[in-house]
Amino acid sequence: MRIAAVDLAAAQLGLVPGLTLADARARVPQLDVFASDPHADLDWLERLADGCARYTPTVALAPPDGLILDIAGCVHEFEGERPLAADVEARMARRGIAARHAFGDTPAIAHALARFAGAPAPDERRAIRRLPVAALGLDDEASVALTRAGLKTVGDVMDRPLAGIAARFGAGAVTAIRRLSGEAKTPVVARRNIAPIAAERRFAEPIAHSDVALAVLAELAGEAIETLERRHEGGRRWEVRLFRTDGAVQSLRVETGQPTRDVALLMRLFRERIDSLADPLDPGFGYDLIRLDIALAERLDATQLKLEGGQSQTAEMAALVDQLSTRLGRSRIRRFAPRDRHIPEQAELMLPATAAPAVESWPTPEPGEPPLRPIHLFDPPQRIESMMAEVPDGPPRRFRWRRTVHEVARAEGPERIAGEWWRRHDAPIPTRDYFRVEDQRGRRFWIFRHGLYSETETPAWYLHGLFA
Amino acid sequence: MRESSALIESLRRAAPFGVSAGARDPVEAWLRQGLARAQLHELYALDAQDAAAATGFAVALAIAAGALPLLWIRTDDAERRHGRILGAGLVELGMAPTALVIASVADEAGLLRAAADAARCAGLGTLVVESHDRAPRIDLTATRRLMLAAEASGVTVLLLRLGAEPTPSAATTRWGVTAIPSTPLPTDAPGHPSFAVELLRRRGGPAGARWRVEWKRDDRYFAPIADSAPLSGARLPVAADRAAARHPRAPVRRAG
Repeated sequence: MRIAAVDLAAAQLGLVPGLTLADARARVPQLDVFASDPHADLDWLERLADGCARYTPTVALAPPDGLILDIAGCVHEFEGERPLAADVEARMARRGIAARHAFGDTPAIAHALARFAGAPAPDERRAIRRLPVAALGLDDEASVALTRAGLKTVGDVMDRPLAGIAARFGAGAVTAIRRLSGEAKTPVVARRNIAPIAAERRFAEPIAHSDVALAVLAELAGEAIETLERRHEGGRRWEVRLFRTDGAVQSLRVETGQPTRDVALLMRLFRERIDSLADPLDPGFGYDLIRLDIALAERLDATQLKLEGGQSQTAEMAALVDQLSTRLGRSRIRRFAPRDRHIPEQAELMLPATAAPAVESWPTPEPGEPPLRPIHLFDPPQRIESMMAEVPDGPPRRFRWRRTVHEVARAEGPERIAGEWWRRHDAPIPTRDYFRVEDQRGRRFWIFRHGLYSETETPAWYLHGLFA
Repeated sequence: MRESSALIESLRRAAPFGVSAGARDPVEAWLRQGLARAQLHELYALDAQDAAAATGFAVALAIAAGALPLLWIRTDDAERRHGRILGAGLVELGMAPTALVIASVADEAGLLRAAADAARCAGLGTLVVESHDRAPRIDLTATRRLMLAAEASGVTVLLLRLGAEPTPSAATTRWGVTAIPSTPLPTDAPGHPSFAVELLRRRGGPAGARWRVEWKRDDRYFAPIADSAPLSGARLPVAADRAAARHPRAPVRRAG
């Protein structure tokens, strides 16, 4: 077993990552050891990143233990970069986290300056040049080779012609150098997209009641809706994030099927969402920042109200669908959509009703014909015991389903539906022969024989659906 | 134009099921009068084997009345045990799938909660609440709540009680639906959906009438099957499997 990471106290005792545990114990007998769990570390980092969303919408992870915050245009709340950094460090310190920060023109420069210590320098360019070559982030072998060649700092490497470095250490080394010199861009992979419309409220004194938080939320929604109104848009995806003083962040999302600018509707949905939470909203020591993002907005022109007042029918229906979807989950409120397949159980899909309906083409029933498809479909089909199938290709005279024997009085068929042989090549798919049958008491069933007599010895019979 | 038609629509809401479209025969008139809009109606399939018939009858009713959109609430258990709903089958009954939303809920408590919310939504035409077996939570209180919501919003609530015995409820009417042999097509193939419908109970009016009707999808109405004027119970060949004694002869009003 080897040491994966050490804290400040251990580092001062001369322990370094990579040392075997036995060696470390021999040097420091009273060592506290914990099992390394990289996944839990990453999870923790994610949560810190969530908390840092209070400073800027663009937060990126630099695993295993770094965060990159793009604070361009975000410092006005703190009157400068340094008070902002002080606030970050104070919050981290409250949770027992030792943090080190650095500012840079690009993420790569800030990253290198935060991780590596060089000689003091008057400005950023020179500070970068004085960093050790390890700051380039090359593999150990390359770093050692550079050091052996007498190139101790980043500045030394930068002075060399790049062609030589590319020839010796590859294109990766050149990119690393260009990044630190600010010539190459470092893309920041933000954890979330910046919402086009957002409203937020900061509190000097944290608010500790959910009711007050909801009232603030309603105000924020009003502000956001004003913006939407100016843009002739309505919001479809809304997210509220409640930042607690202790750094935890709770987020609630609601989605509507139609773009909306209705505060009352929105608040109703948020209340539904809160009611349906597994563990209730816990303000802890209070929220000091509440932010409402509209992640998706769509065009919504002003609508004319009905003559006798009230909304139109479709709007009310859409509101109901949104309400039920928020409480029960999107996948529980569904609509039918046809699919271009001919196997009955695969011929249609059920899609969330909040999603925009697709262009639909249902087959029109033949005039004068009785219904040829059942209203209930068993998936998988239910096995029935068929007795006395008359002629080989005919329907059974009677069958047993769920412990009841049904005498077939009338039947129509077969409607032959072949398996989708172009989808599976390994085994032949039996053909199904469907029959519409009616028993003597008037119940109508959809049954099929799985396989032709030429395909299988004794084909099984199944009940697939029930007619009205 | 649009507003005025909406106004007419709202006025019509108080009237019985689709008065404008004039009933074609006495049976239909009866069905329309009995199944008033903005009320709660119970459709019983006393025998669980008639569940599909009662379900189909409910859908056909909504289509006949033009009370769309339709929201259909059912439990996961119903989905598992009684099969899923097939959109193509509803199209064959004359329904436009775009006017239909299906909600599946975890249990009976969720069913009633969702139903209570949906019954309050005036944008809805028909609300179908599907329940199986005894369903003890659907009691006088729950049905009263649904009834009040329906009266306020104008939604017609059809409560499907499949495989259940009648229990006390606040519904305006209670119907028993059974499947009957259809009029065969020329090749002796099963014909159009046919039902025997019995008015088991009606608030403030006589009950006990029975009809045999056939659903005509193309014309969107229930056609009476020959020899099925509203007769008194005993002579009717309908529902031969059920003891006529269980539902005494018309006209009677029974509590519960």
